[in-house]
Amino acid sequence: MNFFLNAKIGFFLAIRQIRKASFWTTGLIVFVMIMTFLNLVVVSGILVGLIEGSIAAWHNQYTSDIMISNLETKDYIEDSPNIIAILKTLPEVQYVSPRFAKGGTLEANYRTKKETDKPNIASAQIIGINPEAEDQITGLSHHIAEGEYLTPTDYDKVILGQFLLAQYLPVESPGFTTLKDVGVGTKIRMKVNGISREVVVKGILKSKVDNVSMGMYMVDSQVRELISRQDNNVSQIAVKLKDGADVAAVKNQLLLRGVGKNAKVQTYIDAQPKFLKDIIATFAMLGNAISSIGLIVASVTIFIVIFINALTRRKFIGILKGIGINGKVIEMSYIFQSMFYAVLGSGVGLLVVYFVLVPLFLTYPIDFPFSDGILVAPLGETFIRVGLLIFTTLIAGYIPARMIVRKNTLDSILGRK
Amino acid sequence: MIEVKNLVKTFRDGEAETKVLKGIDLRVHEGEFIAIMGRSGAGKSTLLYQMSLLDDPTSGEIIINGHNAHVMKSEEKTSFRLLNCGYVFQDYALLPELTSLENVVLPLLMQNLNKKEAYQKAKEALVKVNLSHRFDNLPSHLSGGEQQRVSIARAISSHPKILFADEPTANLDNESSSVIMDIFKELHKEGQTIIMVTHEQQYAELAQKIIKIDDGKIISVTKV
Repeated sequence: MNFFLNAKIGFFLAIRQIRKASFWTTGLIVFVMIMTFLNLVVVSGILVGLIEGSIAAWHNQYTSDIMISNLETKDYIEDSPNIIAILKTLPEVQYVSPRFAKGGTLEANYRTKKETDKPNIASAQIIGINPEAEDQITGLSHHIAEGEYLTPTDYDKVILGQFLLAQYLPVESPGFTTLKDVGVGTKIRMKVNGISREVVVKGILKSKVDNVSMGMYMVDSQVRELISRQDNNVSQIAVKLKDGADVAAVKNQLLLRGVGKNAKVQTYIDAQPKFLKDIIATFAMLGNAISSIGLIVASVTIFIVIFINALTRRKFIGILKGIGINGKVIEMSYIFQSMFYAVLGSGVGLLVVYFVLVPLFLTYPIDFPFSDGILVAPLGETFIRVGLLIFTTLIAGYIPARMIVRKNTLDSILGRK
Repeated sequence: MIEVKNLVKTFRDGEAETKVLKGIDLRVHEGEFIAIMGRSGAGKSTLLYQMSLLDDPTSGEIIINGHNAHVMKSEEKTSFRLLNCGYVFQDYALLPELTSLENVVLPLLMQNLNKKEAYQKAKEALVKVNLSHRFDNLPSHLSGGEQQRVSIARAISSHPKILFADEPTANLDNESSSVIMDIFKELHKEGQTIIMVTHEQQYAELAQKIIKIDDGKIISVTKV
């Protein structure tokens, strides 16, 4: 009963104090709370989003929903046409893109090179694709930075990933070289499976997925010919499912139908490189550490604000006690004020995060060197942070109020130390 | 109603010790109007603060209506003040963010009266001090005399057993002071026990008894 009475009168006082407080002071406190909230949610959200962006790119530009690839023991998938036929019978499957892949080398300036010159060579994964099928799955045509994307009738034309070119990746180490002075229209010599062929660079592909950026793309029929795969057995099959399809269930269906005997079947999650998973965990920890510091800063800010407020209002706190208002009521009034600042700050912060920042970063991702960073703010985790912020703020508001309330009533009224 | 026995109050500032009340004995009966007078620093306000339980004496006893204040804890004293005492301070001591009506209603709400009844009583108290037209004004929009009347309304709204007033006219002009003292006279007529500190003889003479203090001791008790 007393608790509710104290809370009721504490609320009565808090409302009036907030109403009569300076607009700028209230605005500043709420601004600090908004910033703290954003610090809690956005910093860790961007750290995780940086990797999520990388994972999303890996999913969208390389593996698609399901990736079927060759077993370790072979460099192609046995019975590929049959697997593709199975895939096409599944109602969940929307698009399929078979890929031929084989390691090879690329050489430029071979016509003008002197005997003493260092060869202009780079190693690359030679990937044969059906340009239309691949574009439906990975949208490669949207990642062409220079020149044009492939068409099914292109002959001896290739697309190079940016990391094969020195102007995009000016790094050279003993085990890794890039091609110099190569651009759209340059003739280069590719060597795969012991066969050399002169091809023209039709376009340059810019992607933040290494497997894409380090590949050379060519129409599949020509690659098949070069690597002598007349049986149509491919090295990879990327599978895009219809919206809402259960990826794990489709994978299980494929395994049940024996696809696993000749190929490795992975969902896009299975196919994620382990380092990405490790980095997510690392960044989440880092984000939590930064958030904890933010939380401490918020607590200290609120503590100082409430302490100064309570200190300057010490006389009135004394008067309240003098006329018989319970100390608990006064403490409650400060708790309600702290709650007001925390709830308002978090509320505005939530609006900023979900109606401004998340859509903004989805539309205009942050251009990190290895990822298009988005803002990851799962609602559940965000509300946990809101709860933490409010709880911390309430404690930070209660302690200084309690310190002032405990002082001698008459000393407070008369302003004595 | 109030019995003070051998009341001593000493202030300490480091090593220095100042004895402000040096063994006061005093008895105030129900319905009495007492004025406490003395020169500055004589200890009159200190005596009032001890008797009204706003401060803790160094030694001695204060018994109000049979309750020994000496044994009360801080929270009990707060609750006791709420239910038994009314206060009028020299500087009005109103809460600046509350309107006149809200200032008066606050202790009534704290007594757990229902909202309607509390506001009704607060309005009646304000009407009694002729402030029916100032319910919704903030203290900053009231004159000094009006603020002191709000302070009186707050003090009497719950019909306290004792009304303590610490130099209630010290900050007011003659006209406002007369209005305030008329209210005190009226309250006394209605049977209100009043203990008032003042340094103005003309207002002290409105009381039944004038207690003069000097150097922490009662030097005279005069019936008016």
